[in-house]
Amino acid sequence: MDIRHPIPTNGGEWVTQFGEIWRGQVADLKKTFDGAIEEVKMPQADATDVPIIYVKRDRLVEVLKFLKETDGFEYGFLADITATDESSELRFEVVYQLFSQSKLCRIRVKVRVPEGVSVPSAVSVWKGADWAEREVYDMYGVQFEGHPNLRRILMDERWVGHPLRKDYPIKGYQIFTDPQAVDPERLK
Amino acid sequence: MTESKEARRSQIDLPSGYQVEHDPDDLWGDSRVIVNIGPTHPAMHGALRMVAKLNGETIEKSYCEFGFTHRAKEKLGENRTFHNFTVYTDRLNYCSALINNVTYAMSVEKLMGVEVPERCVWIRMICCELARVMDHLICVGINAVDLGAFSFFLYGFHQREEAYTLVEKLCGARLTTSFTRIGGLMGDAPDGFEKELKAWVEKTRKVIDEMDELLTNNKIWKKRTVGVGVFSKQDCMDYSFSGPNARAAGIDLDLRRDQPCMFYKNVEFDVPVAQNGDVFDRYMVRINEIRQSLNILSQCADKMKKGPIWSEDKRVRIPEKTVVHNTMEGLIHHFKFFMTGFEVPAGEAYTQFEAANGELGFYIVSKGATRAHRMRIRGPSVWHFQALSPMVEGEKIADMVAALGSINIIAGELDR
Repeated sequence: MDIRHPIPTNGGEWVTQFGEIWRGQVADLKKTFDGAIEEVKMPQADATDVPIIYVKRDRLVEVLKFLKETDGFEYGFLADITATDESSELRFEVVYQLFSQSKLCRIRVKVRVPEGVSVPSAVSVWKGADWAEREVYDMYGVQFEGHPNLRRILMDERWVGHPLRKDYPIKGYQIFTDPQAVDPERLK
Repeated sequence: MTESKEARRSQIDLPSGYQVEHDPDDLWGDSRVIVNIGPTHPAMHGALRMVAKLNGETIEKSYCEFGFTHRAKEKLGENRTFHNFTVYTDRLNYCSALINNVTYAMSVEKLMGVEVPERCVWIRMICCELARVMDHLICVGINAVDLGAFSFFLYGFHQREEAYTLVEKLCGARLTTSFTRIGGLMGDAPDGFEKELKAWVEKTRKVIDEMDELLTNNKIWKKRTVGVGVFSKQDCMDYSFSGPNARAAGIDLDLRRDQPCMFYKNVEFDVPVAQNGDVFDRYMVRINEIRQSLNILSQCADKMKKGPIWSEDKRVRIPEKTVVHNTMEGLIHHFKFFMTGFEVPAGEAYTQFEAANGELGFYIVSKGATRAHRMRIRGPSVWHFQALSPMVEGEKIADMVAALGSINIIAGELDR
């Protein structure tokens, strides 16, 4: 038994409740963004709880904007931005969890990037994407193009390395005795 | 007596040769100052830092920093077995540790396709609502303390301690509970727990009414909170606000009602919503949510029946101690369970739950091993704290303290 086994007390009814909506949305997306959708994983067919849309990097913001603003999609709530380290040629997958507050269903958008290649920033679509993208940069070193202020967020700004990469050592120290100074530039 | 700007300016002793730049917005000569608030300032709950440029008392521009209590929870999630990670979830939102436990257990169960028995679900619901009441009590209480209403806080805090005693009866710990197991619970609720719970609920109802009477219409409280720290509905959408903070701004959404899990479909409750999105509305929403949580609690106590608390799934079932101590196979099973852990089938899921502060999510990617490939924790406080700077721009520095208290930032889930 795995995720395909529906649990009634834990989102088990989603597939029957939203299956039709999801299929329609995926067909719509494929029609509108011809060629920009690399791959789609659907619940039940694949081991996932909601559909995963793999988008080409250069059209990501367009797709996110479309998902947010188009009637019938209305994924207005950005639940999360994160990444995974797949240790393959296309090393990182940046993951966007979206939630539609009117349709009450969720969807996941992913974009695959090799190391050293930047992802377009979603700050123009959601202002709140700012810190989430900074965290992805801090933890994985994925650059976001067009981000207003891409600095480390959880770690010290002088930190070397990106901790959530799979090749990052688990033990080790980097000790800073001086505090991080105030940056007057950011108060202008 | 009013002095002219020039007269006041002449009273400030400036070093010779020091030229004050003329700035028409400046209150008087050189009144702008950069202030570091936190990370160890008592008004900054937890270790939060705000760097603010003040003009007199008004915050003109600011930025926030956090990460001072970063404990690499997500990395730990990738290096501990799924069973081991339960204890780390306590230290996320430590004001409502039980909600984190339950959400984490649910997220792994979803990946494994494990169903838990009915009684287990009811006890988990009780845990969640108890934790929600405790979290809201501390939030409104501390918010009031920051603004000078100390006795109000004591009313709530006493009741919160009583709630901790109930939690202690369930799992032996008060703060860091680690109560859930994947596929079940650490232990069953003791005999007579329902009765004690209901007595506590009745008592707390009265206390909440008292607290409401004590503070809600207080003139000073209203002056300090109404229209302070306003965050509009549109802003809330842009900054991914969830939970009581979003509902205070008019976003009528509660995941317990709208994306129900557990048995929230089988209980009746209302979702309190306010319109203005200021500190007062956030306070009101929380007070009313406590009342609704108490309703849910008494319904749970009525509907809970005797029965098993563990899933029968052999993969996740911790072997009984009698079997472990008396049989060879049982001992091997026990050893394997705790040393190597169980394998979670490959797959990925984002499991969300309406935690006390908003949407708490666990995004787990498993590649079929005993450890997660990715353990992402979406804490609502991150998204709320991000909005503090825009929220307090142009407000007085004392109002920043009110705004910060009202959005209930918990450093544990902020820094992870």
